[in-house]
Amino acid sequence: MKQVTNPIIKTANLSIGYSSKKGINTIASNLNINLESGNLVCLLGKNGIGKSTLLRTITKVQPALEGDVLIDNAYLETFTNHSLAKTLSLVLTERLPDTSLTVYELVALGRQPFTNWIGYLTTNDLEIIQASFEKTNTQHLMNAKCHELSDGQLQKVLIARALAQDTPIIVLDEPTAHLDLHHTINTFTLLKKLAKDFNKTIIVSTHEINLALQIADALWLMTPTKFIAGTTAELISNNDLNLLFDSELISFNKTLKQFTINHS
Amino acid sequence: MLNPIKSYRNTFIILVIVLLIICLINISLGSVSIPLKQLFLSLINGEVEKESWRTIILNYRLPKAITAIIVGSGLSISGLLMQTLFRNPLAGPFVLGISSGASLGVAILILGASFLGANITSYAFTNFGIAIAASLGSFIVLLAVMLAAIKVRNTMSILIIGLMFGSITSSVISVLAYFSSASELQQYMFWSFGSLGNLSWKEITALFSIFIIGVALVTFIIKPLNSMLLGENYAKSMGVNVKLTRNITLIATSLLTGVITAFSGPIAFVGLAVPHLTKLLFNTSNHKTLLPAVAICGAIVMLICDSIAQMPNSEYTLPINAITSLFGAPIIIWLLVRKRKIYY
Repeated sequence: MKQVTNPIIKTANLSIGYSSKKGINTIASNLNINLESGNLVCLLGKNGIGKSTLLRTITKVQPALEGDVLIDNAYLETFTNHSLAKTLSLVLTERLPDTSLTVYELVALGRQPFTNWIGYLTTNDLEIIQASFEKTNTQHLMNAKCHELSDGQLQKVLIARALAQDTPIIVLDEPTAHLDLHHTINTFTLLKKLAKDFNKTIIVSTHEINLALQIADALWLMTPTKFIAGTTAELISNNDLNLLFDSELISFNKTLKQFTINHS
Repeated sequence: MLNPIKSYRNTFIILVIVLLIICLINISLGSVSIPLKQLFLSLINGEVEKESWRTIILNYRLPKAITAIIVGSGLSISGLLMQTLFRNPLAGPFVLGISSGASLGVAILILGASFLGANITSYAFTNFGIAIAASLGSFIVLLAVMLAAIKVRNTMSILIIGLMFGSITSSVISVLAYFSSASELQQYMFWSFGSLGNLSWKEITALFSIFIIGVALVTFIIKPLNSMLLGENYAKSMGVNVKLTRNITLIATSLLTGVITAFSGPIAFVGLAVPHLTKLLFNTSNHKTLLPAVAICGAIVMLICDSIAQMPNSEYTLPINAITSLFGAPIIIWLLVRKRKIYY
């Protein structure tokens, strides 16, 4: 992979996992990431390989076991919750609790790191919220209640909330898990547009491998043996994608550029 | 640019007017009937036909109405806080074990008195004595719940721990009751019925000051409470200090519920039901709207219950606790059957 001169996210010899009284459970180690801003990155790996753990570590939800994470050349530990909220926003995979918040109120919550103690929205805040609706094309949902939305609409609205937070980095954990093909493609196209047009750095963990290969600027592969980062072309030519599933059932077809089932 | 978040201004204006009217009705009702004109005159310190009427209004009915307002608002705010914190519609102001703690304190004072060889007519059994016993009891149980709360990470566990402490205290009370005399039991029962009257202006000042401190604390967590509606993880990602918010919520609830229970007994139902009632009226989850709304609705409900309890034109007063549940519960059931699900 080409050398990145000024990475927005950088990790050095990062080890991720969980430490408890019983001992240390390392999920993955030796992670070296150099990510340039304005990229759409897809994080791929099979279930249980540690995608969420990696995302949780670089978003400071849990501490690294070893090594460092640097965001915009600052060590992650130097960020407070509040300053990190201005740098990095999240779209989580968990379902929202039932609320009768309106969509507008939900998206407006994204402004919280910037508003005063009571959460007063200034003209500037209102403009950013409006722009977030426009960028995600969800203006028509503004007055609906969150619990009235379909899964596809809700995902877009949650992305709008992250946009309202106005952070250079957006991290999404399996945003298309509940969506059909149409809405999945819709979501990925939206993320691609946000990265390209608004210079957002977007990290998405996903199981939509075939789609990720077509749309991502960079891929992060978590395989049982190692962590590999690179562009789609690089990963294909190095045969790295076959490491993703150490299975005899499925393999990567270079000509089709997608995974196919092995017929025995 | 216009802020499209609904402000519900008209609903608020109507509610405040309703509150004022109910408040007047409440003061005008009682065992002695006083003409409305005389009531106004005594309130504004004018000439009254009978000086005793002024005394009744200023020293009995007005303090009781003010107590009802504080009790209703405070318990309802606490209930809302607990329901948001635990994301559980069954949570109320007493889930932290405050009422069971207060009951234990009073039970030990009244029912345990014979063990200590004290005389039941002594100073310890005055209003303030019971208030102190209730405060001590709820403080100790609350402290135990809080210590456990620091240890556990999961917010839901705090709810269960609170309930467990509740069962422990009620079984201790059962044991005490088993060994008590009939007159002691009766006195304890009277306390547990709850009461809004009997508070002097001095006691109301104490109640009101702590109420204001509690409400002031709550205004500082309106913003983080709103982001908590999306779950703790989202709240954290928006820069909210979840633990601090949780602790302020617990402290504000304890202050409000603790002081109210100390002075007026364990008043059931209001704290649990009023937030639901308010959400049906306002259909919002935004705490900037809900908190003042819940406070006003709580005051209205409490005043109505108190008006019913004093049984107009009779010299009897029914226990307030019976009224709150007897009249309140069917209303909530009716509302829920008519409307659909309540969202948080």
